[in-house]
Amino acid sequence: MKDIAIVAYNQSKAVSDVGPCNEVELIMPVLAEVFSQAGINNAQDVDFVCSGSCDYLQGAAFAFVAGVDALGAVPPIKESHVEMDAAWALYESMLKIRMGHADSALIYGFGKSSPGELPIVLSQQLDPYYLAPLWVDTIALAAMQARMLLDQGKISERDMAEVVSRSRRNARNNPNAQLAGDVSPEDVLAQPSYVSPLRKADCPPVSDGASAMIICTVEKAKSWGLPYAVISGIDHRIESHNMGMRDLTDSVSTRLAAEGAGLGDGPVDVAELYAPFSHQEIVLTRALGLGKETNINPSGGVLAGNLMMASGLSRIGEVFNRIIAGDAGRGVAHATSGPCLQHNLVTVVEKA
Amino acid sequence: MANLAAVVGIGQTSYTTKRDDVSIAGLVREAAVNALQDADLTWDDIDAVIIGKAPDMFEGVIMPEIYLTDALGCNGKPMMRVHTAGSVGGSTALVAASHVQSGTFKRVLTVAFEKQSESNAMWALSTPQPFSTHLNAGAGGYFAPIIREYMRRSEAPYDVGIKVAMKDRLHGARNPLAHLQKPDITMKEVEESFMLWDPIRFLEACPSSDGACAMVIANEELADQATKPPAWIRGVAMRSEPTMYAGREEVNPQAGKDCAADVYKQAGIVDPRRDLDCAEVYVPFSWYEPMWLENLGFAPEGEGWKLTMEGATSLDEGGDIPWNPSGGVLSSNPIGASGMIRFAEAARQVRGDAGAHQVEGAKLAMGHAYGGGAQFFAMWVVGAEKG
Repeated sequence: MKDIAIVAYNQSKAVSDVGPCNEVELIMPVLAEVFSQAGINNAQDVDFVCSGSCDYLQGAAFAFVAGVDALGAVPPIKESHVEMDAAWALYESMLKIRMGHADSALIYGFGKSSPGELPIVLSQQLDPYYLAPLWVDTIALAAMQARMLLDQGKISERDMAEVVSRSRRNARNNPNAQLAGDVSPEDVLAQPSYVSPLRKADCPPVSDGASAMIICTVEKAKSWGLPYAVISGIDHRIESHNMGMRDLTDSVSTRLAAEGAGLGDGPVDVAELYAPFSHQEIVLTRALGLGKETNINPSGGVLAGNLMMASGLSRIGEVFNRIIAGDAGRGVAHATSGPCLQHNLVTVVEKA
Repeated sequence: MANLAAVVGIGQTSYTTKRDDVSIAGLVREAAVNALQDADLTWDDIDAVIIGKAPDMFEGVIMPEIYLTDALGCNGKPMMRVHTAGSVGGSTALVAASHVQSGTFKRVLTVAFEKQSESNAMWALSTPQPFSTHLNAGAGGYFAPIIREYMRRSEAPYDVGIKVAMKDRLHGARNPLAHLQKPDITMKEVEESFMLWDPIRFLEACPSSDGACAMVIANEELADQATKPPAWIRGVAMRSEPTMYAGREEVNPQAGKDCAADVYKQAGIVDPRRDLDCAEVYVPFSWYEPMWLENLGFAPEGEGWKLTMEGATSLDEGGDIPWNPSGGVLSSNPIGASGMIRFAEAARQVRGDAGAHQVEGAKLAMGHAYGGGAQFFAMWVVGAEKG
């Protein structure tokens, strides 16, 4: 199968409220940046474009249609969209390249979560007959998951606080982070309970922003004369929506996706995990079999800034950045969707 | 070069105003089970599921693939959700096909649905967009002025749309799954129906339907072993352009022309009217038949309406290039599924499995879908032969 290279990546600053900035204005700066990195002019210079977004974040049907205005799609372009995190837009783009219908692709994701109450909005992605009418929000479900982990002795509150502390400290080196600082585990443990057993710091901030990436065949990357990293494996799996039928203290779908992506075929220097809640980072770390040799979430992860519909793509971009910077030779990026890590995507990125 | 892939199973629900006997999960599962049965396969034979539907606000469920995992037998498998506005049913089939054409999967299931009775699609299409002009007109109000401009330019007689509305309903009367069953419809009845969005009369507009459509797509090796004839995928194409830009040609959009040229080139089609045996084309408002006849190259610009009036697109008049033998979007419109129904009905024709609306001896057919402000296009060409 064709090797596919990442050649450009950019993410906007994660901010709590971009105010009147619309989707096009969110997207355009990150597109301009990846075009500049790749040395191309606009979306006309790639063979395929795919994006990820969610109408309910802005509260209007067809949010992605406005996104096309950011592309310079005149003359018309080959373009598609997933109502999923843009990590899945990357997946669709890779299929397009593998089938020989494109040599290069632009991928972007964007989310403006500030206009609504995100945890409540996301309650409407639950089973519409049995769960959504209860308006159980994402934080309550994550709290239930954390409670199971604690009650079964699989984690301690201190483990969770250590995840938060490391995120805040790592985020100090991430100019796009929304939450960063020298926070100790003790500082976190001293915080009051929010939705027991979660403290506010165990939950991701609500963020607005976008990210974009350009991928292409290795031949194309060479002809463009660009530094690149290779996507050596990618896979994604979903699990039952019925949370009573799942072991919420494990992530079977992450394990399956990691196997499919060939994660175990080599060492893992760096991992960027889409763990919206602190305890989920521990669940994912275990499911992926990561040990002390792996630097986990050097960007601070999504506890430092959570761009809905873009954070999954950003995880892949963060691993790409580490590899291009020479800090890592091989890394894993993870993306998730649905309540309590229902759907998981694993990407392995390697030094060329 | 893409790997060969083919449709080996097709399943649909019947289309109706309100399927209150099933949940959303029950609706998609019904289509999926029908497709598996048609392919003589079981859930274990499916490697991945690709689902599509139009805006989530149509049912009020955010990213419904998350909830539909169990109904579609996806646990432990990859599942993907496509959304490209009204073209989504077609785009979803194309994304599903790419799972196989890329060599990544052997056999996938794709499903598209809409259960419009769960909410009010007109409302969902008309929510005010921040920082944009608020069009409280729904789809018909958006397209009516574009149709009027086509009528002005082409100098077509006033009753072309009326003819299409009758013709597609007569086709639909041959299709037991079609929502509208009007075997006795006349042009007079269409003409006397009330004006909705001038020049679109009530009977010149699509209905609002509940329904789902599913297909199983397999690689060459598995398709060769299929129990029923496969529909080989001979060309796939998508194109998009912005809703508005200076100089945009809204009557005959460039994206549609480019998309058609791309898919014809792959399928070796030089003259679509001659080379294709039939087409299932997204015509939600009657006048879009003559407009798309021109946009897709079946007729020179300004002359699409002549094919319609001559009966070239009519099964009942023995036309040489029947359009929408299934009755089309004018007979059934579960929006998110409508594009996939076009793609699936094209495949039924070349499999020789279209029942009373079969075009005799059909070997090559096109499926077409469009969406947004006639700016998103998805097309495929399927054939009885590998090509």
